[in-house]
Amino acid sequence: MQVQHADRRVDSLSEVFLEDVYAIPGGEKVKECIQCGTCSASCPTSYAMDYTPREVIAALRAGMLDRVLKSNTIWLCASCYSCTVRCPSGIKLTDVMYELKRLAIEFNLVPKNVKTPMVSKLFVSIVDKYGRISETELVSKFMMKTNPLSIVKMIPRAYKLFMRGRLPLIPHRIKGTRDLRKSTEMLVSGVHAGTAAKGAQ
Amino acid sequence: MREQPQRGRNRKLQSQVQFSYYPGCSVEGMNKAYDKATRVVCKALDINLTELTDWNCCGATSYMAINEQRAHLLSARNLALAEKEKKDLVVVCPACLTTLTKTHRYMGEDPKLRRAVNAALGATGMQYQGGARVRHLLEVIVNEVGEGKVKARIKKPLTNLTVAPYYGCQLTRPFGEIDDKEFPTMLDKLLSWLGAKPVNFPLKTKCCGGMLMMTNEDVALGLTRNLLESAKQNGAECIATLCPLCHINLEAYQGNVNKLFGTDFNVPILYFTQLLGLAFGFSRKSLGVDDELTSSKRLLKKTWWLYESCQKR
Amino acid sequence: MVVRELPEKIGVYVCHCGTNIARTVDCKAVAEYALRLPNVVVARDYQYTCSDPGQEMIRKDIGELGLTRVVVASCSPLMHEPTFRRAVAGAGLNPFLFQMANIREQCSWITEDKELATERAKAIVGAAVMRVTFHEPLEVKKVPVNPDVLIVGGGITGIEAALQIADSGKKVYLVEKEPSIGGYMARFDKTFPTLDCAACILTPKMVSVGQHPNIELLTYSDVTDFSGYVGNFTARIRKRPRYIDEEKCTGCGQCEQKCPLSVPSEFDCGLGKRKAIYRPFPQAVPGTPVIDREHCLYFTKGVCKVCVKFCPKGAIDFEQKEKFVEVPVGSAILATGFDVFDGARIKEYGYGRLPNVITSLEFERLTHASGPTGGNVVLKNGKTPESVAIIHCVGSRDHNYNEYCSRVCCMYSLKTAHLVREKTAGKVYEFYIDMRAFGKGYEEFYKRLLEEDVTFIRGRVAEVTDVSESTSEKGKLVVVAEDTLLGIVRRVPVDMVILSVGLEPRRDALDVAHTFSISRSKDGFFLEKHPKLAPVSTAVDGVFVAGACQGPKDIPDSVAQGAAAAANVLSLIDRKAVELEPAIAVINEASCSGCKICVELCPYHAITYDGERKLAAVNEALCKGCGVCVAACPSSAIEQQNFTNRQLVAEIEAICT
Repeated sequence: MQVQHADRRVDSLSEVFLEDVYAIPGGEKVKECIQCGTCSASCPTSYAMDYTPREVIAALRAGMLDRVLKSNTIWLCASCYSCTVRCPSGIKLTDVMYELKRLAIEFNLVPKNVKTPMVSKLFVSIVDKYGRISETELVSKFMMKTNPLSIVKMIPRAYKLFMRGRLPLIPHRIKGTRDLRKSTEMLVSGVHAGTAAKGAQ
Repeated sequence: MREQPQRGRNRKLQSQVQFSYYPGCSVEGMNKAYDKATRVVCKALDINLTELTDWNCCGATSYMAINEQRAHLLSARNLALAEKEKKDLVVVCPACLTTLTKTHRYMGEDPKLRRAVNAALGATGMQYQGGARVRHLLEVIVNEVGEGKVKARIKKPLTNLTVAPYYGCQLTRPFGEIDDKEFPTMLDKLLSWLGAKPVNFPLKTKCCGGMLMMTNEDVALGLTRNLLESAKQNGAECIATLCPLCHINLEAYQGNVNKLFGTDFNVPILYFTQLLGLAFGFSRKSLGVDDELTSSKRLLKKTWWLYESCQKR
Repeated sequence: MVVRELPEKIGVYVCHCGTNIARTVDCKAVAEYALRLPNVVVARDYQYTCSDPGQEMIRKDIGELGLTRVVVASCSPLMHEPTFRRAVAGAGLNPFLFQMANIREQCSWITEDKELATERAKAIVGAAVMRVTFHEPLEVKKVPVNPDVLIVGGGITGIEAALQIADSGKKVYLVEKEPSIGGYMARFDKTFPTLDCAACILTPKMVSVGQHPNIELLTYSDVTDFSGYVGNFTARIRKRPRYIDEEKCTGCGQCEQKCPLSVPSEFDCGLGKRKAIYRPFPQAVPGTPVIDREHCLYFTKGVCKVCVKFCPKGAIDFEQKEKFVEVPVGSAILATGFDVFDGARIKEYGYGRLPNVITSLEFERLTHASGPTGGNVVLKNGKTPESVAIIHCVGSRDHNYNEYCSRVCCMYSLKTAHLVREKTAGKVYEFYIDMRAFGKGYEEFYKRLLEEDVTFIRGRVAEVTDVSESTSEKGKLVVVAEDTLLGIVRRVPVDMVILSVGLEPRRDALDVAHTFSISRSKDGFFLEKHPKLAPVSTAVDGVFVAGACQGPKDIPDSVAQGAAAAANVLSLIDRKAVELEPAIAVINEASCSGCKICVELCPYHAITYDGERKLAAVNEALCKGCGVCVAACPSSAIEQQNFTNRQLVAEIEAICT
């Protein structure tokens, strides 16, 4: 789905997004992209993407953010790092994808049918609560929020897993949850790097 | 660039090598079999694993999608805990490996990140100075324990078992410290030590889809199908894994693959520590072998040695 | 140290340099300031001091005012120090009683602040004035130049240089590592953009070299030691044993024919075979074969000797030993060439793992009429490929391997495509990032290939795989790349993949650089003195570089550089003598304790130790005035002329007060 009519307001955020991408460790290398396409051809999910990874970088640099964010590209990144290890300009493209995901969530520019932010947000809330992830809680909450009926389909598998002792119902809470919360508060109140907050000013 | 192993770092106590152990959340939950097999095998190889006290989730791929610095903070707390122990930190999940290694490296290279994270850790009296060394169990067994010791423990060599060694993405990428980024051979080597026949598996480092199985199931199923197809085509009777996420995609969703693509895969998926354990003569129960949704019973019954170990249950 | 009894008479000239200096520096004020300094008798400011009237002004002052020292405050010494030294010498004053103060590059050009610039200029001029007070007159020494020339490397570059120099009547020693001259060019089939047959244009030159009365050809040899200084070098050359008496051998080829042992041929990149006694290729110069000691049955097992039986001249000599010769030469040209990037390093391209993935060099051997397949482009199974993919930029433009562009690959890929089309009539796909067709006739050649219906896909190949995803891919090599002009990832099934590998410095480039005391640039190629204005000179006077050893380049540029190096050498020889820069190190024998620290540290091996007198001595011709020994000497026994402690301290004190 290639976007025909771009939202100018979103496009104007291209600079902000670009600056924040430059700010991540090694992010400045994006300037050296020669648009060779190795990343797209290495990507296992690029066949399902509206825009190839290379096109995302091109659109970003061309100030055409809107079409990037309306597409499914960044949400199909599986973090396999194939692009990163093969890029001849040494661009850490996987990290760039993470940054774009973060910015899209922060600026609330995620297409409606994309479920990844929900998983990530649930993940974060569970880890913040217990210090560890509870897969049971993650999967069940996720299904409740996206498609409650799918839980019915999952019941046979869930039963099989439970009978094999692979579905712990009581999450393990670490002792250091308060420490983690304290540290997180300290981090959040300090100088931001890697979020768009400063760019938005 | 490979780091040279630091001599004398792990104090050998009565011929045991001491490590801190970071299981990772997945291996504590749905993929407990990996942890079970790991502990059994390490004990047999005199690798002393002391679980890192009060370790927290590494953040994996999901946390990084929300906040970069907070994700690094999670890793850094584990690294700080590990640094205090003065032992190498062994992980079994490549996502944990990559996340922890990334934080270690980036904190070393980026002073801004280092300051921010250490300031946050400092709020609870912790610091990370870069002294932790994170290693994957496969590398520890192959490099540090070595062929001689592994072979000495074999009671039931996995003769004639054709295995597709599946490394997945995050063991060798992005840093390439452990083995070649595209065509590693470490697991192949280990499997051949066990007497098995590792097949030529050209997709050995291709993505299984990872977390996409939750959010974009069709795409992930396609990738998983490619792996199963290639393993089968190259004559593998089973697939050896070293990542809990790859493992679960391959074994728990094989039925879904068959449904979507009209295939009839029934490939047993085994953790490499399970294969080690079976070769060492341990029972299937102790290794969690029958915890899989895709059963390996039929395969393992075929081979006389495993049949016997079946009886041990 | 000479005690000054009479005060000096210093003339200071502050140059406006048009507006370059005057825009920021108040030259009049600087001149007025200078006049107030000790020993200064005249201080002028002038528009363009380097001009004829400017120089004349200085000369006049020297004559009329009896100046004993001159300071010119203007641009960088690299620009006009020689100019002003000559002007000063023209008036009868020793040219080293002159000091230049840089108030342009180091003053007016680095700031817009007029006050700051003027203050700084005053300080710089003051320092120069204090320094020059302590200058001594120095003599420029001349050394004669040996007209003989050493050329290392017998590829097209070395051949070109050798012929140019030999034709002018000078003697050339041409040293080549391989058994024959010709280099990489001898392996190519056709050359771009003219599609000339490489051997046809190369071999006549090779024959000329072999027959030239002024060229002494030393093949199967290498230079083990190179010492001396410009005009007076000594080269130690090791001649490896061929085990064949070159005087007796007529090159009839009987031995090669009868030899029972075949081994993989290096010339054919391992694709073909050669005998244990062999010439690398039929047109080899010299035509004398060589016995490969590592495989020859006589050397390894003590049997055979068929060659001895069949040689009509009895030229086989198993007892031959390596020989060393020492030749005196006045200059050297390094034309040692390049090596190709090892395709196996990029695992995802499948070289070495998948059959029918070959390098461009291996392709040259396949398509070559005297190659292992008689010029037929075939797959490993002997069949003709129906589709071929050519991949650009293998190992080049890649931060994981070599960052630089190898310059020739786009053009030779086009040539390869042409040859594949010609020989197989199959489909040819070229995967490129950019098309670099910069030379004469190059863009036209690209157009020609477009007309020949080669399919160009703009996208860097991510991987070559044998895992098929559809029936059309079964049994084929699949090339995966994004067609960036379409934004679609394409999987292209082909029979053969040719990797256009990049050019690298030779594996032994470091050793050669050490032998000749030259530097290498970051990418490992030999370092030229100046990339634009002195591309064939090096930091070592008398040693020149030419061809691909200085950086990747095609045949026209290599030949041009070979001729350029020859011109440099001939110019050096015709000068009959070279002037040595006198700012060299001088050892005070009274203070020298013979500790030898300086001997070890000198990067030019210019200091020797006299064991009898227990003193170190500086070779004036080799010393380049780098100052390392001066700094290192624990007894302060070494001083550098024109950079003495007294002069430097005076300069520093002037700035600090």
